[in-house]
Amino acid sequence: MNDMTAMDKTMEQQKTKIAAKGVDVHYGEAHAIKDVNVEIEDKTVTAFIGPSGCGKSTFLRCLNRMNDTIDICKVTGDILLDGEDIYDKRVDPVQLRAKVGMVFQKPNPFPKSIYDNVAYGPRIHGLAKNKAELDEIVEKSLRRGAIWDEVKDRLDKPGTGLSGGQQQRLCIARAVATEPEVLLMDEPCSALDPIATAQVEELIDELRSRYSVVIVTHSMQQAARVSQKTAFFHLGNLVEFGPTGQIFTNPEDPRTESYITGRIG
Amino acid sequence: MSENTQNTPRPSSSLLELTDRTKRRNAAEKRFRAYGIGAIAIGLLMLAVLVFNIVSKGTGAFQQTFITLDVELLESKLDKKGNRDLADIKKVTTFGYSPIIRNAIEAKVTGLGIDTPLKAKAMAGLLSKDAAAQLREFVVANPEKIGDTVEFRFLAQSRVDGYLKGRVIRANIANDKNISSEQLDLVDALVEAGVIAKTFNWDFILGADASDARPEAAGIGVSMMGSLFMMLVVLALALPIGVAASIYLEEFAPQNWLTDIIEVNISNLAAVPSIVFGILGLAVFINYMHLPTSAPLVGGLVLTLMTLPTIIISTRASLKSVPPSIRDAALGVGASKMQAVFHHVLPLAAPGILTGTIIGLAQALGETAPLLLIGMVGFIASNPPQGIAEGLLSPNSAMPAQIFEWAKRADPAFYERAWGGIIILLIFLVTMNTVAVILRRRFERRW
Repeated sequence: MNDMTAMDKTMEQQKTKIAAKGVDVHYGEAHAIKDVNVEIEDKTVTAFIGPSGCGKSTFLRCLNRMNDTIDICKVTGDILLDGEDIYDKRVDPVQLRAKVGMVFQKPNPFPKSIYDNVAYGPRIHGLAKNKAELDEIVEKSLRRGAIWDEVKDRLDKPGTGLSGGQQQRLCIARAVATEPEVLLMDEPCSALDPIATAQVEELIDELRSRYSVVIVTHSMQQAARVSQKTAFFHLGNLVEFGPTGQIFTNPEDPRTESYITGRIG
Repeated sequence: MSENTQNTPRPSSSLLELTDRTKRRNAAEKRFRAYGIGAIAIGLLMLAVLVFNIVSKGTGAFQQTFITLDVELLESKLDKKGNRDLADIKKVTTFGYSPIIRNAIEAKVTGLGIDTPLKAKAMAGLLSKDAAAQLREFVVANPEKIGDTVEFRFLAQSRVDGYLKGRVIRANIANDKNISSEQLDLVDALVEAGVIAKTFNWDFILGADASDARPEAAGIGVSMMGSLFMMLVVLALALPIGVAASIYLEEFAPQNWLTDIIEVNISNLAAVPSIVFGILGLAVFINYMHLPTSAPLVGGLVLTLMTLPTIIISTRASLKSVPPSIRDAALGVGASKMQAVFHHVLPLAAPGILTGTIIGLAQALGETAPLLLIGMVGFIASNPPQGIAEGLLSPNSAMPAQIFEWAKRADPAFYERAWGGIIILLIFLVTMNTVAVILRRRFERRW
């Protein structure tokens, strides 16, 4: 009983990190995201699931304005990070992306040394005053990326020489090096083998203690394993959003049920 | 099996036997391969013929015939006042040196005991018309040698040179007033005595062009300097402008009708005949801006216009080949667009950009047509430029223009030099392209 109340309390303390209100996304003529409302909590893993082309990645990329690089993409509606509209004219996407880090589908380390991969973000944001501080940040980030032990002896070797799973953890380390508050992950395990996937999933669970993590995944088992909240997207609509347990065991919407039981998607 | 034959009646066939259809297909494939090999063979044959032709006709230019004589630099002729005043020494024209040379060759011939009906003047005819000037230059540079007897290596005239190289034969000299069979007898005797010999011709590589009467003195060195200064102009202008334009177009420019038009026109510019750029250069740089005619600066500007599209196209291609995931990665950690481009995309694209630039430069180096119109063809630069300003602004020629000029002239000695010039130009081009290939190999993308 006591445990339950303690858990309830922590649940209550978790405040909303990102709030999306009436978000629509158009790619030219195509209407990719239709009126999505969602509240993403701090220190929680939120999973976006849904069939291919349902808009889950598009929506994820709206959260740190990576869609700005696509000319024909138009985002309307409000996305608030800690109550501030990230699409406000005064917001520089560069500052936003330092706060909202991103890990991509395919591991994409820079073709530079492991050290430089992690140090790049802190360098351009001026997070370290000197080499010693930078070394410290690099070590801390690599530890958080759960890859320090594997690479500590070869920090000057190219990051592209690591295995796929190591590369992805390096990318996660690179993303956390800039001290973000939110981590966006776009199918981070889809290019990895099962063992590497397990390592990354374990890492995601650890990251939850510090960051709000949003993960897009094709694998429903993965969503069930790592997330506390799950959002189901279908044809650009947010069909259902709720605690992961409820979505997978007792979905409200028939479309969610069909997807989870394998009848659509 | 029996059920199958009942349902679909098809003749049973063995895998070990080819059907007609397969045979026809295989034959067609074999024919196609033969065509391909044939095409390549024709190409290689052409190349072999070309290289053989160039080498066999051009190597002669790298050898030159010299006549070594002991010259007595008479004080009574060269410095009458005897005070070694350079101004006085310079007053003696090349005509003043002719008798000295005549005496020298006559002394040599009699000293060797060669019997010849020739007079001293005809003997001196074996030497280049440049000989007196050569000697005068030496004396002006070393006035202290006046009064001494020095061993001096004179250029032989082009017929003698041609005789030693087999270009001039006795049967054909009946109507040649530049050489007589008695003179050739003397040449034979002097060759035997070791007075006349062929050596490697540095003057061809380093020297300046010469007038029609002295093909033996002509070199490609000064026009090589002209080409060098043009390439410096092209590199200094085309590389930064081209790279800046491509980065903007590829990474920053919005996708709209205006950028589409620009893109199409860059491709069109790459296909514009080079002579059109020459006319443009004449109209704009010389007639409107009044830049000096025949100057490598103008040539460089014209070639810059010509090279820009090549550099822009290759730079854009190499920027495009950098995977977007690298840009995403940089933007994802909060790099600005410019940081993403300059820290990550550009270094990865650099080998491709460099390769394109080198190939563009090589193209510009071999370009002749636009130089026709801005007066760089037909100009004889007699002295190498002193300093960068003079190199850019004083009239000069360029290597391909020089080759064209030599090929136009009547004397076969110039013809040989034209082929020699082609060898030098080709060495430059092949070297540049090899460097480009090595760069591309060395830095080939691996992700």
